[in-house]
Amino acid sequence: MSYVLRRLLMFPVVMLGVSVFVFVAIRLVPGDAITAMLGTESGLLTPAQRESLTAYFGLDQNWAVQYWRWLTGLLQGDLGLSVTYGQPVSRIIIDRFPLTLELALLSMVIALMIGLPAGVFAATRVERPSDLIVRVFAMIGQSTPNFVLALLAIYILSVVFGILPTMGRFVPLTEDPLGNLAQMILPAIALGTAFAAAVTRISRAAMLDILGEDYVRTARSKGFSQRYVIWRHALPNALIPVITLSGVEFGYLLGGAVIVEQIFALPGLGRVVLDAILQRDYALVQGVVLFIAFNFLLVNLLVDLAYAALDPRIRYGAS
Amino acid sequence: MAVLRALLRHTSGQIGVVVIAVFAVAAVLGLLGLTPHDPLAQDRLARLQGPGATYWMGTDLFGRDILSRLMVGIGQSFAVALLSVGLAAGAGTVLGLTAAWFGKLWDGAVMRAMDVLLAFPAILLALLIVAILGPGLVTSVVAIAIVYTPIFTRVVRGPALSLKTRSFVDAARTFGSSRRYILIRHLLTNLVAPLTVQITLALAWALLTEAALSFLGLGTQPPSPSLGLMLSDSRNLMETAPWMLIFPALVIMLSVLGFNLLGDALRDVFDPRTRRALA
Repeated sequence: MSYVLRRLLMFPVVMLGVSVFVFVAIRLVPGDAITAMLGTESGLLTPAQRESLTAYFGLDQNWAVQYWRWLTGLLQGDLGLSVTYGQPVSRIIIDRFPLTLELALLSMVIALMIGLPAGVFAATRVERPSDLIVRVFAMIGQSTPNFVLALLAIYILSVVFGILPTMGRFVPLTEDPLGNLAQMILPAIALGTAFAAAVTRISRAAMLDILGEDYVRTARSKGFSQRYVIWRHALPNALIPVITLSGVEFGYLLGGAVIVEQIFALPGLGRVVLDAILQRDYALVQGVVLFIAFNFLLVNLLVDLAYAALDPRIRYGAS
Repeated sequence: MAVLRALLRHTSGQIGVVVIAVFAVAAVLGLLGLTPHDPLAQDRLARLQGPGATYWMGTDLFGRDILSRLMVGIGQSFAVALLSVGLAAGAGTVLGLTAAWFGKLWDGAVMRAMDVLLAFPAILLALLIVAILGPGLVTSVVAIAIVYTPIFTRVVRGPALSLKTRSFVDAARTFGSSRRYILIRHLLTNLVAPLTVQITLALAWALLTEAALSFLGLGTQPPSPSLGLMLSDSRNLMETAPWMLIFPALVIMLSVLGFNLLGDALRDVFDPRTRRALA
């Protein structure tokens, strides 16, 4: 079976596994769902009310029936109702996802704009002081958690330079693009730095591998300039691992910006998940987690397909 | 021994070892309660005091000594990291080895289960597990262990699959060695290198995740000190008491850096292509 086909067939299988995992995980939460849903108010329920609620949510059925109902609902885009928001979970996701997506894209742009040139630069000056400096910065960048960086950035900007990052009401991109960018740039830098460090390291390593290849030496011996050899021969091949890394990181960012969104008070998906967990809004946790996992898998699938398209060895050489 | 010697000749290996050693000492002292001050004692006359002779790294809003709290925090972070990575490495090794050895249905089942776990961004999976088990230190250990198990499983299974077909394994089988003996003596010993590298890098990540969980209020619960909580406390006070932010931030950065440097150095040391250059 070809790699691409196998990869495509695997997607629904894993996604189904993910849905079972999330379903079971939520049901392992101690306490019954009605109490979890209504909080202290559940104490006011009469036994009859409790029973009818249990029947209404289908909780009197066994897990298999519940799962089947949930799954068929999912396939029709019904992710359930959020108790804290009083809205369908799908509505909340549609409202909040654009911000998370924008943040992830912005971070990726920053990471690639810094990481790729830095990595190529270091690879062409290997073992010289400039290479060492790039590597030290990359190592520090990779070791700084994004929330630590976010706090330090706020501190440096506000205390040292006296610029207060705007953290009041969130301005959507469609309303005021510049105002939006001003709010998003700091969180994007906080998220993008470790990513940039990873891009630097991987593009440096990939460039070094390729610069040692025969075809690069041949190109050089033909008298092509260093710049031409790097841009035309080495870089396109060095991009393959960078693309893989970017895909995986992007997938993480789509669901992993929890803390940074929290610090900068950005109403994105990460914050929704965190609030939902803290408030025990299980329908919301379930729906959003599933959505994030879906995105993550989808991005990884696309990356693998892109990888196969770029590198024929993967397309044909089944492992 | 040869590995250790090569490691100590490697520049980032040296730095990594020194950094980790310093923090390990602080961690042990912190866990043993050998801190300069009581980490929970509140000196109300010395609230929000900057670094000085009595309180080397200053005090927090309640007049508690930052240095002592950091030491206990490092101790807890290291304990959580070691325990969780230990669990993950153990579980991942058993799963990866058996998946590679038995193949077929077991391999498929294990690897698909790992695919499912890997479908969640790490911090999200950790949050989900915390949501189920309730916040706390033990939960952090379990959550980080579960998040990291699939990675160890993959790290072990790949090389184990190719080792399984090597002639020395066939030879051992012909001699009548037991399955357990072959798995441990022949397969596992050959996996020490990738496992060591992965464990070191996982420790860096585990420290970071523990700090992230406690920062969000889902790890260590106050008044127990933890690096994440201390950072979280510093948020509204960074203008008046920047030491509350800077010291915990530095501790997290440097300890993660230490493990990353060590992991990188170990990778170089174990890699035959770079080992020659180091010898």
